[in-house]
Amino acid sequence: MSALVEIRGVTKTYRRGGEKVEVLHGVDLDIPRGDFVALMGPSGSGKTTLLNLIGGLDTPTSGSIAVDGRRIDQLGSGELSRWRAENVGFVFQSYNLLPVLSAQKNVELPLLLTHLSAAERRRHATLALRLVGLEDRARHKPKELSGGQEQRVAIARALVSDPTLLVCDEPTGDLDRATADAILTLLQMLNRDHGKTLVMVTHDPKAAEYARRRLHLDKGTLAPQEDA
Amino acid sequence: MKYVPLVLAGLFRRKTRTVLTLLSVLVAFLLLGLLQAVKVAFDSGADSADAKRLLTTARYSIIEPLPIAHLRQIERVRGVVGVAYADWFGARYQNESNAFPVFAVEPARYLDMYPEFTIAAEQRAAFARTRTGAVAGQRLVDRFGWKIGQKLPIMSEIHPKTDGDMNWEFDLVGILDADDPAVRGNTDVVLINVAYFDEARLTGKGKTGWFIERIADSGRARAISADIDARFANSPDETKTQPEKEFAVGFAKQIGDMGLLVTRILTAVFFTILILTGNTMAQSIRERVPELAVLKTLGFSDGQVTALVLAEAGLLLALGGGLGMTIAVLFLPFLNAATGGRFPPLFVGLDTWLLAGTVAGALALAIGLPPALRARRLRIVDALAGR
Repeated sequence: MSALVEIRGVTKTYRRGGEKVEVLHGVDLDIPRGDFVALMGPSGSGKTTLLNLIGGLDTPTSGSIAVDGRRIDQLGSGELSRWRAENVGFVFQSYNLLPVLSAQKNVELPLLLTHLSAAERRRHATLALRLVGLEDRARHKPKELSGGQEQRVAIARALVSDPTLLVCDEPTGDLDRATADAILTLLQMLNRDHGKTLVMVTHDPKAAEYARRRLHLDKGTLAPQEDA
Repeated sequence: MKYVPLVLAGLFRRKTRTVLTLLSVLVAFLLLGLLQAVKVAFDSGADSADAKRLLTTARYSIIEPLPIAHLRQIERVRGVVGVAYADWFGARYQNESNAFPVFAVEPARYLDMYPEFTIAAEQRAAFARTRTGAVAGQRLVDRFGWKIGQKLPIMSEIHPKTDGDMNWEFDLVGILDADDPAVRGNTDVVLINVAYFDEARLTGKGKTGWFIERIADSGRARAISADIDARFANSPDETKTQPEKEFAVGFAKQIGDMGLLVTRILTAVFFTILILTGNTMAQSIRERVPELAVLKTLGFSDGQVTALVLAEAGLLLALGGGLGMTIAVLFLPFLNAATGGRFPPLFVGLDTWLLAGTVAGALALAIGLPPALRARRLRIVDALAGR
């Protein structure tokens, strides 16, 4: 598999209360296309920071990040926004759906940034909801859905623009075991059957078992890799 | 257009709060519509004044009469191209509360002086040839249900007839109107033919209340005014001549500076709205920081998020302002009917709509910009982490 994500010598430094804190120390990482990587590590190890850098939500202090051959660390704010819209789907621990919009409208949100017509947006959103098994809940608002269903809607939203990369931050952190397993099975299916490249941050070893590879971060440094 | 549902959803996230805010904006713009209509009505005399018209009254008091004979001398002043005159009748119709201006005029001269008034040609001719003729403003005709051809019994508080009777009778031969709604209030008068009036009155024969001059060059208004007044200097009937607008403004200010009053009230109202809606918008955006961060995560640019927040403020003001102004427009005809024509017609003109639009735009920017800039500066990772 060719490397979709190439990370070289990435450091990330935050300023907290006048003090500089280096969260990542010269991380090197290749994530091949079609991979499903679980990023693990204790709190404060830098796994969410690394995920944010891969997803283009933040920029590294030094080093380079290339996704599909494009140096995203060199993009300006506007270009990075456009790149995220076209290439990355995000799934968060707390779902982060807009409470005032129905499931359908939440899923359509990323498509507002495309040139699709209203009818085409609706059709794409319906397909995405069907893929996650929630077509019949399209008109429901987030508060009318269970946690698992909300996360499925979030996954549909992440998928709807057909991104190359899915970035998931503790996607099962707020769910019970059975629901978490269902969500992870869904993510696994997206990776296996639809060829999506997934990077998932988790502290749950059982969740990590669904990934093809598990990477461990400790104090901002990647430990030697192990395959699933 | 595709963002409209998103803007609406954001705006009506907390329905009760938004509806209450919307109502306060609506009331503010309703007040703007109504008070501006009153201001326009008060200013209508000055606003519709013709820069090429001068007004000559007695030097020391507007109620002092002047000899009609002044007319010939005024006509000879260089720059004066037409002269008319009018006298105050002091009318009451049927009862004390039905008061309206009645002016004794020379028909052709007076109507030539006010081309903004409209009257049918045959009615104008009838007014000129009928010594007991009178023409009345359309709103007065509507108010009292008069018909052309009927007798118009009017009591004068000032002028008895030669037999001492204060009750006069005229023949209604025409109806005055104006195409411009701002001028229409100036036609709330009855004009009577001075030929009959001057002959039939007991006192004040050969006198009139004021002269109106048309001049060729409005730039020479001051010089011509001075020339007219110089002709009668040191005579028993000295004059004071001034541009019509100046006279109208001075006359309106005897009642009060309506413009200043309206401006002050509206400033207070809109300052309160600014604070109220500004606070509501800021609170609404504070509550939605994580949601705005999600939009940015999905690929909405800083500019798009800024525009969404500004659009919410704009929509709030457009909805509230539009509804308020529309209610004012719908309400004014009822108010006009209720005043029974005792007050100049109240209406919301293009100027008021433009003012409302400008105020709404400025308010939208003032209340939308601070939260919009906050949304623009939002760092996704901090906002998602609740920092």
